[in-house]
Amino acid sequence: MTTTRPRVDFGYAVRTVRSPLFSGRVGVRLAVVSAALLLAALVVSVLALGLGDFRLGALEVTRALLGGGESFHRIIVTEWRLPVALAAIVFGALLGIGGAIFQSLTRNPLGSPDVIGFDAGSYTGVAVTLLVLGAGSYWNIAVAALTGGLLTAFVVYALAYRRGITGFRLIIVGIGIAAMLNSANAYLITRADIDDAMTVGLWHAGSIANVTWTPMLPSLGFAAVIVVAAVLLSPALRRLELGDDAAVTQGTRVGAARLALLVVGVATTALVTAAAGPITFVALAAPQLARRLTRSPGISVLSSAAMGAMLLASAHLLTLAIAEVYRVIPVGLITVCLGGLYLIWLLVREARRQYGTPA
Amino acid sequence: MYTETARPGAPAPESDAGTAPAAPPGETAPRIVTEDATIGYHGRVVAEHLSVAVPDGSFTAIIGPNGCGKSTVLRALSRVLPASAGRILLDGKAVGSYPPKEAARRLGLLPQSSLAPDGIRVADLVARGRAPYQNLIHQWRPSDEDAVRAALEATRLTELSGRLVAELSGGQRQRVWAAMLLAQDTPIMLLDEPTTFLDIAHQYELMELFRTLHEQGRTIVAVLHDLNQAARYADHLIVMHDGRVVTTGPPESVITAELIDEVFGLRSLVVPDPVTGTPTVVPLDPRTVTPAP
Repeated sequence: MTTTRPRVDFGYAVRTVRSPLFSGRVGVRLAVVSAALLLAALVVSVLALGLGDFRLGALEVTRALLGGGESFHRIIVTEWRLPVALAAIVFGALLGIGGAIFQSLTRNPLGSPDVIGFDAGSYTGVAVTLLVLGAGSYWNIAVAALTGGLLTAFVVYALAYRRGITGFRLIIVGIGIAAMLNSANAYLITRADIDDAMTVGLWHAGSIANVTWTPMLPSLGFAAVIVVAAVLLSPALRRLELGDDAAVTQGTRVGAARLALLVVGVATTALVTAAAGPITFVALAAPQLARRLTRSPGISVLSSAAMGAMLLASAHLLTLAIAEVYRVIPVGLITVCLGGLYLIWLLVREARRQYGTPA
Repeated sequence: MYTETARPGAPAPESDAGTAPAAPPGETAPRIVTEDATIGYHGRVVAEHLSVAVPDGSFTAIIGPNGCGKSTVLRALSRVLPASAGRILLDGKAVGSYPPKEAARRLGLLPQSSLAPDGIRVADLVARGRAPYQNLIHQWRPSDEDAVRAALEATRLTELSGRLVAELSGGQRQRVWAAMLLAQDTPIMLLDEPTTFLDIAHQYELMELFRTLHEQGRTIVAVLHDLNQAARYADHLIVMHDGRVVTTGPPESVITAELIDEVFGLRSLVVPDPVTGTPTVVPLDPRTVTPAP
């Protein structure tokens, strides 16, 4: 394998990778930033593994992870805390991927699954399953979250469809549908008994604190499938960025590619929602923050995933740090607070950029 | 690499397919044919019983008044719009029967408007034209780099290759899109109003580029608004009116005052272009001309 500089000036540092098995062109900044974000997520997670009722140092955590140290430490780290730390990284990456797919498809930084109602749809699916059908196993909730999310996605798509899809209409319709679903969710809670309402309410806050290996193992399997699918679909996503006409004439089956991307994108949120409840704003913020750091053209799925992992791992560490001095707060509330600030900034900026001046 | 593309009757060498069936034998076999095709959007028929042929190695221009369906026809030829009835053939086979990337190596489109991703630079955008040759394993082969370099060179963008596309002038930006199409390295190029919105110097600069590409052996199909440009650069015209083909043929025999009156409703004088000798349409002054009986 060799890496060389290309003989074309791309305007930024690029390396060409050549080998019989792979040839590619890699932006140096994109690769370095993505690697740094993943590394930061790992470091933050190791710190998080040490925090809790029984505090451990980074060294003890590392030793326990490698199978050494006291057996009690190993149980705390690998049995109790590791699934939670893994959930933060994997779910964060999934949310980043989902956000990247939808923001790219809608060509709008507001077009992320949590804004356009897919989270609310997953929540409705789960609320109906828990409160109306009374079924509460992991698989029931997972299927309910996926079904609710997909149904909402198709309803939003169908209502927003008028000779194709424009990002702006999709977002407006999505926000409307999300509001209606939230009122349905609130109604379901008012008619539930107090214990069930508490369960759903807690679930709605979006917490990974109680994640155990039992739901985590199947989640990891699904996550692997989703990541592979996202990698396979990312060339089509890039071609769709240029508009449908260009994508078709560059050899894309536009309808099939968009449907597959829609399913994969909904699956990311649905999987996270099933395991942890709705964790919002990571999907919204990760692709845009990653884009600004990497300065890559368009939206990169890889760096969005790395940024999502870093954001959720950091939010998780923050909940543990707050728990040290105050009390346990679900990670979903942390992302909502920080994400709310980001959303305000984004809305102001977008309004100035797109609708402030006559086009 | 694009300089070695097709001579008439011989499709471009395809670097990694090798399986491409040869064009039908005979120099006169057209590259794209519509047979009694019905084309439209969402139930609205724009053109019906449409039968046109794009001769191999030609510079074909589709002309006609606004709303006559010429862009729609070009989009059907480029596989963007399917025909709801009839057939569209590319090199003798139904366009829909080609694997998408295989078709994309034969035929490329410069759309009327394209979207550049936020923050993309010239070379990156031109490199997007290589998509039909790439897969998950081979995303950037030496042939890709050669094609991008050649496309930048031919469009005189080598100096600008590291610049942000958003910072370029309109003329430069249209050259970037042309370079992306050029990097796609197809023997057939379809151009949808490539010179609209450009000033006159940039219009002719771009048309000269397409003329050069045509002289290198490519088949070019362009929707053009400017009749004088069409007559000057094209060797085959397809004249459309109200979703129908009115006439086809070389500019010298097609462009007449009667046709312009019939199709555009404009009374004019057709004179030879003082520079090239091709027909030029000069509108008459309605105030000084007595209306036709």
